[in-house]
This record gives sequence, structure tokens and C-alpha cells, in this order.
Amino acid sequence: MVKKKQLLENEQLELELLLEGIYRRYGYDFRDYAKAHTKRRLEYRRTISGLNNYAEMLHQAIYDEDFFTSLLLDLSINVTEMFRDPWFYKEVRELVVPHLKTYPFFKVWHAGCSAGQEVYSMAILLEEEELKERTQIYATDFNERILSQAKKGIYPLDSIRQYTANYLKSGGLQSFSDYYTADDRHVILKSSLRERVLFSSHNLATDGVFGEMNVIFCRNVLIYFNKELQERVLQLFCESLCPGGFLCLGTKESMKFSTVMEHFEEVAAREKIYRKKRR
Amino acid sequence: MAKKSGKYQAVVIGVSAGGIAALEKILPVLPEDFGLALLVVQHISADGGNYLVEHFSASCALEVVEAADKERIQQGTVYFAPPNYHLLVERAKTTALTVDAKVNYARPSADVLFETAAEAYCDALIGIVLTGANNDGAAGLARIKQLGGLTIVQSPKSAEATVMPMAALKALTVDHVLDLEEIGPFLVTLATKREE
Ligand SMILES: C[S@@+](CC[C@H](N)C(=O)[O-])C[C@H]1O[C@@H](n2cnc3c(N)ncnc32)[C@H](O)[C@@H]1O
Repeated sequence: MVKKKQLLENEQLELELLLEGIYRRYGYDFRDYAKAHTKRRLEYRRTISGLNNYAEMLHQAIYDEDFFTSLLLDLSINVTEMFRDPWFYKEVRELVVPHLKTYPFFKVWHAGCSAGQEVYSMAILLEEEELKERTQIYATDFNERILSQAKKGIYPLDSIRQYTANYLKSGGLQSFSDYYTADDRHVILKSSLRERVLFSSHNLATDGVFGEMNVIFCRNVLIYFNKELQERVLQLFCESLCPGGFLCLGTKESMKFSTVMEHFEEVAAREKIYRKKRR
Repeated sequence: MAKKSGKYQAVVIGVSAGGIAALEKILPVLPEDFGLALLVVQHISADGGNYLVEHFSASCALEVVEAADKERIQQGTVYFAPPNYHLLVERAKTTALTVDAKVNYARPSADVLFETAAEAYCDALIGIVLTGANNDGAAGLARIKQLGGLTIVQSPKSAEATVMPMAALKALTVDHVLDLEEIGPFLVTLATKREE
């Protein structure tokens, strides 16, 4: 049995060297991602690529940029939906929007926006609350390929049923079909929803502060990071927020154990909405 | 008796259709000093809420909680994977959650839990596949066996849905095939078993 444990440890060592190699060759830093998850994703790629071990994978990742691109896609989980956790958006309407209404202008940052569903959900919400003209939305992700999808706002037709159901549960005020047209395979979101949105590349693991935000969404991204990287990113959010600004995390993510928590108050416990204190 | 020094440290359970009735025959049987951690994937709809935890808290001597992200796994506690999240175990014996795509049409998936728990606990793990109508858990149970863990499958004749136990029986040579009523008491005897 000692032998099996040693094998697992050797394998883990190779895997860490692979992540080190990726970082030094391409600048993408996965060294502080949650390990069990990272291993599962790499194991999947290793198997379908017919590679014997992670040392072979390191070689291929360093020499073959296309192979690295597929690894990048494997490691950035882009699973998302519009109005994900509808009750969360309901709380945004009830608890965050009233504050935004007192500002002449405000900035919203979606960090880890994936293919844009979260961004368009917020754009719809702000339009319905008559705040669209007062906002600038920044949507960032470290995965360029997914960002280019986000800019298009075109989604598979079969997702629309779930999006519509979510929209209704989230307290939407219109008919959801007002926001898109459809062809036989896609829904195409109204381009006016993008008018106030800037999409750009930003890596939470390696890039810096994104200034003077009033609201930051970072949902279902921190869950993929280890505690140290979570702490670093929460620090970055704290520095990027105006006093009185809001931070919205995913349902299973929490600031509870972070040293940053002292700068925040909890606004909605289940929805993970926090507000930065004014000092 | 200091049960912490026993051979086994954790039990993982994968169960689907008919699961609540099956778990009712197992979890309430376990005594307060059971001493092992239990991690359970019960397939449940995305908006299933906290139902499982509330339901089993009432009938179990052990503490029953919904698994949170990145928490130390405590002995003598039952962890349910939250609806719509995969539950994983890190080598450091902490929990991790993800929103990755479904595996075997399921999120949470038993394979995801089993495969990661197998690597964390190796031969100190017990894996159990119960009633269910799909293949989830079979590959994960094989991985548990491969890393020296103990494997148990509910006998198809005692299962409300036989597909999941059958798939596991096909995927590996399991250590024990037990009727539903036998599983709880058997776990209690395993919990006191020491390293040979
Ligand atoms: C599961 S999705 C969440 C999407 C959306 N926020 C939601 O909750 O539905 C995670 C996203 O985080 C992005 N991501 C992962 N690591 C990142 C990093 N270091 N910097 C920026 N984005 C990252 C991934 O590319 C992916 O699009």
C-alpha cells in the first residue's frame, strides 16, 4: 500500500511541474487552483490525448501551443447560465439597486464573466430599473476564446427555456422574449444590451486592481482557487471597490474566513452579497 | 475505544432513485461514536434546497450537514453534496465544490466524489453504491478498489432501482454485496476494525 501512495505522490509531483511549466512558458498561473479539480481536468485531457503521464504532457504543452490552448479550455470551467440562482438577482434588485439609484453614475465589474450570460442578465436588470444610461459595465475573463463568445451574445437555442424560467423567478418585469431574436439553432441577444459593456481580458491570478468599482460580481470563480489565491483575489476586490461598493460572490463562496472581511458588512447571507464599509 | 486509530477513516456513498428510503435504513443505524466521516452523493434536482440535511438531521445520531467548500472533513459527520454542485475531496482531507459540467448526467456525481476520495484516503476508504437508475458510481468504485479501499454494493434484489448496483457489479469485483438492511450494521463493525 505504501507503494500506491508513493505512486500518487510521484504523479502529483509531475502534475505540479506541469503547472509550473505552463506558468513559465505561457504566463497562465494554475499553481494555486484547487488541486483535486485540476487533476480531474488534466486527467481527462491526458486520457483522450493518449499520453502516458504528466511528464509527457508537460513536453507537449511546452512545444505545442494548440495543445496548450485546449488545456486552457479544460482548466477554465465556463459553465454558466442567465440569471443563475434567480433568487440572487431578486436580492440584487431589492438590496443593491436602491443604492445605485442614488448615484449619477456607477461602474460594475463582472470578473470571470465566461460567455457573458451573467453580464447580459445584469444589463437587463439595469435597463428595467432605468439605470442603463448611468452605468459602465466591465466584463472580464482570462480566457480570450470565451470572451469573444461573450461579445457576440449568441447562445444555443435549447438554453432559452431555462434562461426564461430563471428570468421569471428573478423578478423580471418584462417578457424575456423582448430581449432576443431566435433562428432555428440560436438565440441572439439584442445588441443594445451591450451598449454599456466593455469586454476585456483580465487574469485574477496575475493581473492587478481594476479601479473604483461600485459593484463587483465574481461568482463561481473563487471556488476553483485554493485559500491563498482566494485571499489574494479578495484583497484585489477590496482595493478595487469604492467605499460603500458591493461585492457579490457565488452561493457556495464566502468571505467568512478572509482577513478582508473586516472591511465589509454582510448584506445578504444566502446570496453572498457584501458591502464595503465607508470607514 | 479510540476509534480514530481504526483502519478506515471515511465512507463515500452514491445513490440515486429510491435513495432517501435506502439511506433511511443506513444512516440512522450508525451510533454517535461511529468515528468515520461519511460523504454522500444523492442525485437531487438543482433546486432541491436543504431538504436532505433537514430530513436526516432529525433521524440520525451523527451530525448531518451540507458540505461546504474547502472545509476540513470531521470524523463522525455526514456530509451531503449540495444540489447542483460536485463534491470533491482534496488530498489534505478537505472538501471542495465545483460547478463543472454534469458527469453521467448528474451534478453532484458519485464518480467525481469517489475518484477524488479514493486518492485522498486510499485504503482507509469504504465506497458504497446503492439503488439508482443510471451508471454513476461504477467507475469511481473501481478506482476505490484499485487504490486499496473496501467496496460495497447493495444487492440488486434489495434495490428499488437496479441499474446503478448492476453497473458497479459489472465494473469491478466488489468486496461485498449486501442487502440494504445489512449495510448499516456492517459499517458499524468496520468502524471498530483496526489496522492489521
Ligand atoms: C464557472 S464560470 C462562472 C461564470 C459566471 N460568473 C457564473 O457564475 O455563471 C468560471 C469563469 O472564471 C474564469 N476564470 C477562471 N480562472 C480565472 C482567472 N484566473 N482570471 C479570470 N477569470 C478566470 C473562467 O474562464 C470561467 O469563465
